[in-house]
Amino acid sequence: MNEFPRWKYALVVLALVFGFLYALPNLFPKEPSVQISANRGFTIDTALKEKAQGMLETDKVPFKSIDIDGDRLVIRLANTDVQTKASDVLRVGLGSNYVVALNLASTVPHWLAAIRANSMPLGLDLQGGVHFLMEVDQKSVLEKQEQHYASEIVSLAKDKKIPRVTANRGTQGIIATARSAADRDRLASEIGVSMPELRVSNGNTSDDAYTLMVRVSDEKVRELATNTIKQNLGTLRNRVNELGVAEPIIAQQGDSRIVLELPGLQDPAQAKKIIGATATLEYRAVDESSNALDALNGGAVPPDSKLYTRRGDGSPVLLKKKLIVSGADLVSAAALPDPQSGTPAVSIKLSAKGGQKMLDFTMQNVGKPMGVVYTETIPEVKIVDGKEVRTKRVKEEVINVATIQGVFGPQFQTTGLDSMKEANELALLLNAGSLAAPVDIVEERVIGPSLGQDNIKKGMHAVLIAVFLVVLFVGIYYKLFGLIADVALVLNLILLVAILSVFQATLTLPGIAGIVLTLGMAIDANVLICERIREELRNGSTPMAAISRGYDKAWATILDANVTHLIAAIGLMAFGSGPIKGFAITLAIGIVTSMFTSVMVTHVLVGLIFGGRRLKTLSV
Amino acid sequence: MELFKSETNFDFMAWRKPSLVISAILCLLSLAIIFGRGLDYSMDFEGGVMIEVKYEKSAEIADIRNALEAGGLKSAVVQSLGTATEYSIRIKPEDAHVGAAAAEAPKPEADKAAPAEAAKPESAGKTETDKIAAEVLKALKVSRADASIKRSDFVGSSVGEELREQGLVAVLFVILGIMVYLWMRFEWRFAVAAVASEIHDTLITVGIFALTAREFDLPALAAVLSVVGYSINDKVVVFDRVREIFRSSRKGEPYEILNRSINSTMSRTIMTGLTTSLAVGTLYFVGGPALENFGLIMLIGIAVGTLSSIFFANPILLWLGVSKQDLMPRSKEDPELARRP
Repeated sequence: MNEFPRWKYALVVLALVFGFLYALPNLFPKEPSVQISANRGFTIDTALKEKAQGMLETDKVPFKSIDIDGDRLVIRLANTDVQTKASDVLRVGLGSNYVVALNLASTVPHWLAAIRANSMPLGLDLQGGVHFLMEVDQKSVLEKQEQHYASEIVSLAKDKKIPRVTANRGTQGIIATARSAADRDRLASEIGVSMPELRVSNGNTSDDAYTLMVRVSDEKVRELATNTIKQNLGTLRNRVNELGVAEPIIAQQGDSRIVLELPGLQDPAQAKKIIGATATLEYRAVDESSNALDALNGGAVPPDSKLYTRRGDGSPVLLKKKLIVSGADLVSAAALPDPQSGTPAVSIKLSAKGGQKMLDFTMQNVGKPMGVVYTETIPEVKIVDGKEVRTKRVKEEVINVATIQGVFGPQFQTTGLDSMKEANELALLLNAGSLAAPVDIVEERVIGPSLGQDNIKKGMHAVLIAVFLVVLFVGIYYKLFGLIADVALVLNLILLVAILSVFQATLTLPGIAGIVLTLGMAIDANVLICERIREELRNGSTPMAAISRGYDKAWATILDANVTHLIAAIGLMAFGSGPIKGFAITLAIGIVTSMFTSVMVTHVLVGLIFGGRRLKTLSV
Repeated sequence: MELFKSETNFDFMAWRKPSLVISAILCLLSLAIIFGRGLDYSMDFEGGVMIEVKYEKSAEIADIRNALEAGGLKSAVVQSLGTATEYSIRIKPEDAHVGAAAAEAPKPEADKAAPAEAAKPESAGKTETDKIAAEVLKALKVSRADASIKRSDFVGSSVGEELREQGLVAVLFVILGIMVYLWMRFEWRFAVAAVASEIHDTLITVGIFALTAREFDLPALAAVLSVVGYSINDKVVVFDRVREIFRSSRKGEPYEILNRSINSTMSRTIMTGLTTSLAVGTLYFVGGPALENFGLIMLIGIAVGTLSSIFFANPILLWLGVSKQDLMPRSKEDPELARRP
């Protein structure tokens, strides 16, 4: 009655092996390291390795090892002080062609890494770093769109020969004014045809002013909001790479917020500068009169042109200084397959004004190439003679060169892109260049590395002491059955850590709290079982029958209790916010693993210990 | 070892009227405390000013805290920025004002400046931040002259609103989910009694916590929701026994059956309460400042939840008129239930 089919034993053994293997990496402490990755056009090779090694040796910075790991060079160091020193030396020595980042390198042995057993990444509160919460100013995005539509309405009226129409932004959207009721109705229906994303209603009327209230539809506003967030996420990703942070977290939170976590970084001011960079965009004609390569190698650059480099391969491009259209005129850019050929393309929409300029230019330049310059302005603060000097660093790149295939105005497509990925990237950069959504930092937190270490130490102590106390108490109170429950409890801890490691869940302080709470409550199932067995014994059952019926009767209760508890944990998960979510996930996984260990594992153990024996008394 | 004699048979139900009245009074008191006195929301919810200070020579975090407190700037959060000379101080504007008022006589010009500031909210936020930063610096300079402000920023509160909204949604989701589950597995009276106990436990736990005048932060919110999870666990165990005894007994006298259920699960109620308290108690005592609130609220919640399992949930069940007929397995509709004891 307390014996089980083979598969149950097999399952328990399997869980045990899995738990031990995948929880094991967490015992290997990570060590401070400096990680070097190359910017576009540069590679990580043995030459670089030797160069870096030489620099560290001349500056007498001791290091443990220096290895190439894929496309990165990893230098392991004894402690964080040396780490900072090494990164300073390398940053100066290697210049801006390489990104030097502080990181924690894993010390997990290769055979464990080979089966994808890795330790849990540490959250910012345990590792130290900078946390930003940014809010995208959706209001200004809408404002800009409304301004755009106002000018579109005026030019539409001009096209359709509706006389003397004006349109301006008001508090409740756009107010368009026509000179007669008939004109107004005609304007309304024309807007409905060419700009279906607008909602039109009649406004006030006075003498010769017949107004229309024009609003951007809710769907369009929502679409704009998601687009701005996406575009900001993309540009942030590009910029954060410059910071030299090994594992940044950039995630959307809610409708209009972005979480940015930069582990290892200690200076929020530096991060803010990069985040605060602004980008602009310019369409310029390619100068075909002289060779860009010659210009690059010291040849003459025509006075009305300027030499740029291509993003990606760094090849030179000569562009005319005269501007065709700037980013301010760009309304939107979207990556989509070309409807005719199905090849990747970016569809671009300009404002009415920009469209006119583009039309004027393309009429005279069909068959000639045109380039797009992307300019990033990064504010910098330098200390010169003890004084703060604010300067700006300007980064200019040509992100696209395309041949003008025909005459076009406000709406056109860029084709000939290699992949949808490239199209997406171009659309992202184009949108970023017209970036109209300012990002405000609404929350900022710095966690020092020493605080992180302190948190980790205290958290680990709490887990160990909690386990020790519970194990001791249960062992004394339920004797042998208590010891069996203790074994299950420890196994539960191992399984929980193993599962969290497999999912690479970030370990945070609230997560540790979740682990401790799970351990405290996991024993509940064993308490239920033990109390039931005691009851059965009091009612006169034989020991074996008491065990069997004890497990049987307790199971229904355990199931109900755990399902309701799980509902509560899932409710917690509904929180978008990071720390509470981590806690809830830990709790939910812990509830499930505890049902397995407290019921199945202990029952199997009991079966192994008592199976086949004739018992007079039970140690419970 | 046994904490309870197996044949305990307290007549808990005889206490049902006074215990329900006491529960109701405690709930009302908690409501009065929470809404009258208010919870001291942390910067997670309310926003505030973040100031980074720098010392010429290394400084102790405790000394900084003492200096701020002496200057009347209570409940400022001081954190090391990784070195012994740089610290960040987070403080809520209203705390800084209280501090200013306590530290020196009220300044009349501050009142005059107010309307002008209201007209320009952006610049107001800026001057506000500067004012608080100046107050902090003044407090720090009293003990250490080498303190200086590196920078100060205002951190918005919009995050908090969304958190509160999400918190409310989460609580509603949990209550609804538990109700539906208990309704299906037991009966509507059990669902109602469980949810009433949840609200009761949450209110009283938060009420007691408010009395400690500690800051209500994110871990505290997580703890409150975990108390809901713990307490429902406790109720379900007793309810399970109620259902079992109802089904197996011939007479089905609710008063007596509820008493027996409480008595026979008493040992496990106390045991689980103790083991969980041991675990979360460690968080309170050794987990460090970040986990203190979590541990404390869980400790309060376990005590409240245990008591309410005995003195609140079951009296409500009796009051709602639970009966044997309602709990008999409906074998035709649900064969799974029929198999169960």
